[in-house]
Amino acid sequence: MALRRRRRARPVLSTVRPGAALPPPSALELERRAWRTRRARRSTLVALASTLLFALVAWFAVTRSPGWPRVQATFFSPSAALESLPDIARGLLVNLQVLVVGGVLVLVVGLGTAALRTLRGPAFAPLRILATVYVDLFRGVPLIIVLYLVGFGFPALGLQGVPTSPFVLGTAAIVLVYSAYVAEVFRAGIESVHPSQRAAARSLGLTHRQTMRIVVLPQALRTVTPALLNDFVALQKDVGLISVLGAIDAVRSAQIQVGRTFNFTPYVVAGLLFVLLAVPSARLADAVTARARRRQQSGSLL
Amino acid sequence: MSVLELRGVVKAFGPTVVLRGVDLAVDEHRVVALIGGSGSGKSTLLRCASLLETVDDGQVLLDGEDVTDPRVDADRVRRRMGVVFQAYNLFPHLSVLDNVTLAPTVVHGRPQAEAVEEAQALLDRIGLADKAAEFPDRLSGGQQQRVAIVRALAVRPRVLLLDEVTSALDPELVGEVLALVREVAGQGMTIVMATHEMGFARQVADTVAFLDGGVLLESGPPGQVLGEPQHPRTRRFLARVIDAGRL
Ligand SMILES: Nc1ncnc2c1ncn2[C@@H]1O[C@H](COP(=O)(O)OP(=O)(O)OP(=O)(O)O)[C@@H](O)[C@H]1O
Ligand SMILES: [Mg+2]
Repeated sequence: MALRRRRRARPVLSTVRPGAALPPPSALELERRAWRTRRARRSTLVALASTLLFALVAWFAVTRSPGWPRVQATFFSPSAALESLPDIARGLLVNLQVLVVGGVLVLVVGLGTAALRTLRGPAFAPLRILATVYVDLFRGVPLIIVLYLVGFGFPALGLQGVPTSPFVLGTAAIVLVYSAYVAEVFRAGIESVHPSQRAAARSLGLTHRQTMRIVVLPQALRTVTPALLNDFVALQKDVGLISVLGAIDAVRSAQIQVGRTFNFTPYVVAGLLFVLLAVPSARLADAVTARARRRQQSGSLL
Repeated sequence: MSVLELRGVVKAFGPTVVLRGVDLAVDEHRVVALIGGSGSGKSTLLRCASLLETVDDGQVLLDGEDVTDPRVDADRVRRRMGVVFQAYNLFPHLSVLDNVTLAPTVVHGRPQAEAVEEAQALLDRIGLADKAAEFPDRLSGGQQQRVAIVRALAVRPRVLLLDEVTSALDPELVGEVLALVREVAGQGMTIVMATHEMGFARQVADTVAFLDGGVLLESGPPGQVLGEPQHPRTRRFLARVIDAGRL
């Protein structure tokens, strides 16, 4: 207490009026803003310059290496690329169809499975166990095995009414595997919602299902969107695996061309097309993640 | 020279202007209590002062240095301040002791042994020495908040910023936290605290500042601001507080 000194002073009354419009920014603030803009511009320039430099060095290192002409002729032949592009692009449409149909089904089946796994009460035990077994099984089995089993195994049964189209069977196999992953993502999201939210909803008289649909799932979805988008990016390239069933997709088209010409450029073309497909989703996932983080910090700098 | 000084600080969130030119000077060894209604901008003011928000205009000076200058390394500035929020302060995955020694060792580079010794002494002072190895969720709210204050003190800050450190606590836990703040103030720490505890502000603060409509409408010794408020809005606010039984 020795350090404290009480000072008697007149109260200070503010001269700024509460309701008044904000004055224009001070010279100091304007200077600060200008400095921030300058710094941002400088960072961009530095990034650009260093990227260019790096690209140049890499370019020289690659094109001056002794084996380059042969590598180029085998993997990066412009004429082979042009020649194969139309067929591969047409094949990519098949992949896109699988992606859209499969993506929607995965969401539905995944969410359903997750909901089954969160059901409480002894009467639901069989459903819960079934869902758990399904998830464990299909998360563990390599996708390629599921593709073989479904794509070649089902038609081999020779049963009436079993579809034989590699498109349908391939999509089914992909949905089976991806739904198991996505179910787990959903479940993690559902369980990340604080229990008191559920309690609050139930105390308002909402049923379990209403609580899920109106209170829990919207919050869970928000948390898992980045993870879901990440799985979507993975799905985008795995739809190329339906080619093993003989569907004429982008990969298969490339394979046919390679078989004919013994030039591997079509594979590179198909690969690049898949990358082009994935880039927007990856950026979207980044953006969504960043937005979620910003919201959590509610405007803070850190 | 003041330890902490705000000059014409302006802060807006989109169209909402929260602070419209706040001036506040806090001298060494002084305690300033920030009072004001909910949503008046107390937290925002403290977050601006601790550089957790970028001000839209005006300056924050720490020991005379303009720390709102974008050329200033904000991390380095924050090392000289201690901040304690309403809740969610302690890192749940670290023990009480690790919570307290984290900044001294990682940020300030003090030897582990020295930091541990000092942390033990601090925990001993608040009667929580035996909880050093516990994880925060095994502590009561009041104990957690006292550890949070001790953690902020462990870096020997120039100024301690407290944002309603008791408002998330049960009434019977408020006392122990306020007692610690009182002790820390008694030892000469410079403190700015946003609070709804008017009785405490009256006893411990050297200056009470009333924040309303984005400005510090009135500030002065607690006896005057709380006892004979000059501004009608201050009077109205205090009348409401008295109605709520908090003075
Ligand atoms: N990140 C943000 N984005 C938008 N508006 C915000 C943000 N943070 C605060 N505000 C707004 O700023 C105003 C002041 O908020 P602040 O938290 O500083 O008030 P307070 O005085 O601490 O209130 P309380 O006593 O309830 O803690 C409020 O109207 C609030 O809605
Ligand atoms: Mg607040």
